[in-house]
Amino acid sequence: MNIQKIYETMEYGPAPESRTVADEWLQLRKHQFDLFIAGTWQTPKIRKYLESINPANKEFLAKIAVADKSDVNKAVSAARKALPGWLAIGSHGRARYLYAIARQLQKHARLFAVLETLDNGKPIRESRDIDIPLAIRHFYHHAGWAHLLETEFPDHQPIGVVGQIIPWNFPLLMLAWKIAPALAAGNTIVLKPAELTSLTALAFAELCENIQLPPGVLNIVTGGGKTGEWIAKHPDIQKIAFTGSTEVGRILRQVTAGTGKKLSLELGGKSPFLVFEGADLDGAVEGIVDAIWFNQGQVCCAGSRLLLQESIAEKMIAKIKKRMKKLRIGNPLDKCIDMGAIVAPTQLRKIKLLLQTGKKEGCVPWQPSVACPKEGYFFSPTLFTDVSPSSTIAQEEIFGPVLVSMTFRTPAEAIALANNTRYGLAASIWSENINLALDVAPKIKAGSIWINCTNLFDAASGFGGYRESGFGREGGKEGMWEYLKPKWEAEFANKEPYRSASKAKKQNKNSALLLPIDRTAKMYIGGKQSRPDSGYTTPVHSLSGKILGAVGKGSRKDIRNAVEAAHAASSWATTSAHARAQILYYIAENFEIRSNEFAAKISQMTGISSKAAQQEVDLSIQRIYTYAAFADKYEGSVHHTPFRNVTLAMPEPIGVLGVICPSASPLLGFLSTVLPPIAIGNCVVAVPSEFFPLAATDFYQILDTSDLPGGVLNIVTGNQDTLVEVLANHDDVDGIWYFGSKAGSKMVEYASAENMKRTWVNYGKHRDWFNKLHGEGEAFLRHATQIKNIWIPYGE
Amino acid sequence: MNSKEIQGSKCRERNGGTPLELEWINAFHVNRSAIERRVATLGTRRSVKKQWQAAWLLRAISCMDLTTLAGDDTPGNVLRLCAKGKQPVRQDILAEMEGLNLPVSVAAICVYHNLVKTAVDCLQGTAIPVAAVSTGFPAGQISFEHKLEQIRASVEAGASEIDIVISRSHVLLANWRKLYEEVLAYREACGPVHLKTILATGELATLTNVAKASLVCMMAGADFIKTSTGKESVNAILPVGLVMVRAIRDYYEKTGFHVGFKPAGGIGRAKQALEWFILMKEELGSEWLDASLFRFGASGLLGDIERQLEHHVTGRYSALYRHPMG
Repeated sequence: MNIQKIYETMEYGPAPESRTVADEWLQLRKHQFDLFIAGTWQTPKIRKYLESINPANKEFLAKIAVADKSDVNKAVSAARKALPGWLAIGSHGRARYLYAIARQLQKHARLFAVLETLDNGKPIRESRDIDIPLAIRHFYHHAGWAHLLETEFPDHQPIGVVGQIIPWNFPLLMLAWKIAPALAAGNTIVLKPAELTSLTALAFAELCENIQLPPGVLNIVTGGGKTGEWIAKHPDIQKIAFTGSTEVGRILRQVTAGTGKKLSLELGGKSPFLVFEGADLDGAVEGIVDAIWFNQGQVCCAGSRLLLQESIAEKMIAKIKKRMKKLRIGNPLDKCIDMGAIVAPTQLRKIKLLLQTGKKEGCVPWQPSVACPKEGYFFSPTLFTDVSPSSTIAQEEIFGPVLVSMTFRTPAEAIALANNTRYGLAASIWSENINLALDVAPKIKAGSIWINCTNLFDAASGFGGYRESGFGREGGKEGMWEYLKPKWEAEFANKEPYRSASKAKKQNKNSALLLPIDRTAKMYIGGKQSRPDSGYTTPVHSLSGKILGAVGKGSRKDIRNAVEAAHAASSWATTSAHARAQILYYIAENFEIRSNEFAAKISQMTGISSKAAQQEVDLSIQRIYTYAAFADKYEGSVHHTPFRNVTLAMPEPIGVLGVICPSASPLLGFLSTVLPPIAIGNCVVAVPSEFFPLAATDFYQILDTSDLPGGVLNIVTGNQDTLVEVLANHDDVDGIWYFGSKAGSKMVEYASAENMKRTWVNYGKHRDWFNKLHGEGEAFLRHATQIKNIWIPYGE
Repeated sequence: MNSKEIQGSKCRERNGGTPLELEWINAFHVNRSAIERRVATLGTRRSVKKQWQAAWLLRAISCMDLTTLAGDDTPGNVLRLCAKGKQPVRQDILAEMEGLNLPVSVAAICVYHNLVKTAVDCLQGTAIPVAAVSTGFPAGQISFEHKLEQIRASVEAGASEIDIVISRSHVLLANWRKLYEEVLAYREACGPVHLKTILATGELATLTNVAKASLVCMMAGADFIKTSTGKESVNAILPVGLVMVRAIRDYYEKTGFHVGFKPAGGIGRAKQALEWFILMKEELGSEWLDASLFRFGASGLLGDIERQLEHHVTGRYSALYRHPMG
């Protein structure tokens, strides 16, 4: 086009980023890549390779090895072998490697950006200015955690060999999110990149070779879903970290259930984007561009559900459409485009299918008439109006550049709509009214809340979901915990003290269902004593076989009622921490008056000496004090993210928690496991020790006199393994703590996959509740909360 | 309603103004962080290279108010400036540009009142208008009567564009009605002559104030809103520009009137000129990339653009001394 013509039209021209260096890099490697195992490049056993394709023009980029079971085995054993050496290098030594990785990435930033764009189809602007710089930042930040490991995480150690499976939407960035904290904590790694986008992971492996990262510390095995499955199932892998679809996340939860593998899942989303009247509307429009047209909408936390206040809805829709006309779609390497290609034809089909579904259900799509290349996998930016929450496209994650819009009348309705989803990854809130924004932020169930901004990420801030968007955090101190375990875990016993003895005694007497000679303890639901729905009771025996009393035989219905009661008490979460602490202290106060009676009962039930029973009671009082003390001291933090903002990391209660209490130490175990969740604002449905339940049931009288609101702690007695199954299969239970058998642990984890409950189980390993290290502390509070990061930019 | 064909324009209706609408002004919200994020990526989302860059830079020249506003201005340097404005780029450079068929000149020459006549005389026979800064430029701390007299005098002397400064105190004291009435009076004093209102945004404290002042000036009938005098400590910067441009868009959407925009001060590099163009194109559309709706207030910018244009035709990086000075 000549200058005169351009002068007249003032159009943009092509501005392609050069791909020469990336092409040379591929050519030098003959467009073929093997597996990176034990620091060397190894041919896959079955000699199978898959093809990596540039989605923008369907060109062949490279052949990528497919790792089969034996290759994965090799990688895992290399990682195992490397573990002691990697530990021996020490935290400062590991910090040096992480720092070297950051520096190297920085030096080769453009190669990584171009490779990423070729392989994935994302605009070069994004890979150059967002993906790669964030990845570099992640390694710098975690070089710091590596160095500070011992002082910041005392009494903790790496988990061991971790398996990591990452998605195709941010190939290098997700690799960084996985590898940096794992290495910083001293673990060794087997990582599988997404089969569609392995190139930058392979370039990264070369980089690690160049800095002489010890062989086996990082192994990269490429391949498809099968490769991932072998990683997930490998017995020598102690942790799985996964980012991807909720569907696959659920399978991973199921296959790892009961194995003791630690698991963190970062899954799908349908994140709301709320615009209130009184927002900077033009600013919000740009936010929407960054929310849903960033990376072609293939972002797990994409703001894909637009919620507009009715008074500004029409105006906003007009503004959005106008803005959409300015979007440029084209060659991802062009520095002058906004949207590149969809990663693969499968994904494109999925998007098209959901577009059709939306249309069929009466929702109205709108696309700007902007030029869209024909040769690759492209999809126009799309806005749906006339959408309601019952539309499929308002519930399903589309994972494409498709925005669905709905309206709301009031802040309360906005919150209700925002939370009307199984997901809970992120939310964006737009309002110039700080009172409104800060009121709404804590009420939305999501791990990241962006006020007047969207899709901001940083290594210092933990990212992760609520609900079916997964669990665990990546980034910041909260993310480091995912790759560490307490050293004292090794001390946990395989056998629970004096449980089997009592079982034997009980069986002797099981034949005759005698009338209770003491009294029948009831369930405690919603602050009221209630009879078991089943109408049955179970006797409780002393060690000598004497019947001490009876408790209700809890059933599904009792659990159902208890969960309802727990939800009804949810305002406990917003009760001031000071008030919660006061109530806990009051419980201790009222409990102490009756401590002798409790000690006698414990001694009778369990057969431990009265001295030991007295010790359990004394420790119980101390434990109540511990959590009364923590109630207003377990705090969040303000992360130092590199923007002008405050990033508030707030620990929020998980919600309704099922707690299956330990069998031994019937009082101390009960209090040690129900108090931490309560102290921090959860409501609990507790199933106390099956054999010695009277300690818990006697306790509800103390709760009654101590102002604990009804429903905050509900007690259902009965068979623990039967009742926990009901809890684990209850979709309105948000988390389960289980301190029982190995088999029960497996069941809990497996069944919890359905609604992605946060689970904390003991895999049949038993704590000594008399030991402070085992029995109390911040670990309990961490498991009772999840971190929400609220980003609040400021400046007038 | 006054209607006047402005140089280079397609006979658009002149901004007729509206009554002062405080409700409208107060409903316009600006989030500074969102503004800054947007401008931070404007230049990274768009890239203008090769012949596109050359063409855009030529367009930038056509939108330039070539300016001298110094205490030591004399007829001598103003005449030199006018001569440069008539022929801003070396002819041999333009000749190398294939297919180019343009009379390349600047949009206006901008001077103090005392030099208006000198400039007008020098530009006789060209289409280049003379703009006069007025109303006690740059601080505006003279009596209201003197301000009006100054406008009238410059119009009398042949200025076809008047760049006034608003009373910053009206903004800082939220005296929107006074600001409205002030600008209304200036517009009346200008008559058919083109009115640019300088907000001196560097002295308005907040972006919200910039937005409100922009809207009030447009309601009072400003043909252009302009960022700065070039004398404040912070002059034309993109965040402020984005706020003003969005106010222009809002005003256009509500009234149908096109109001022009002039960033001034601190724009000395060709790359900056491209960024401002990208801002205009993305937020308002290509229609606003025209001297009738967009001006750069600049003195040093032309030199850098000339160097870039020479680089475009020769492939060699150029030196400033190779280009005739203004």
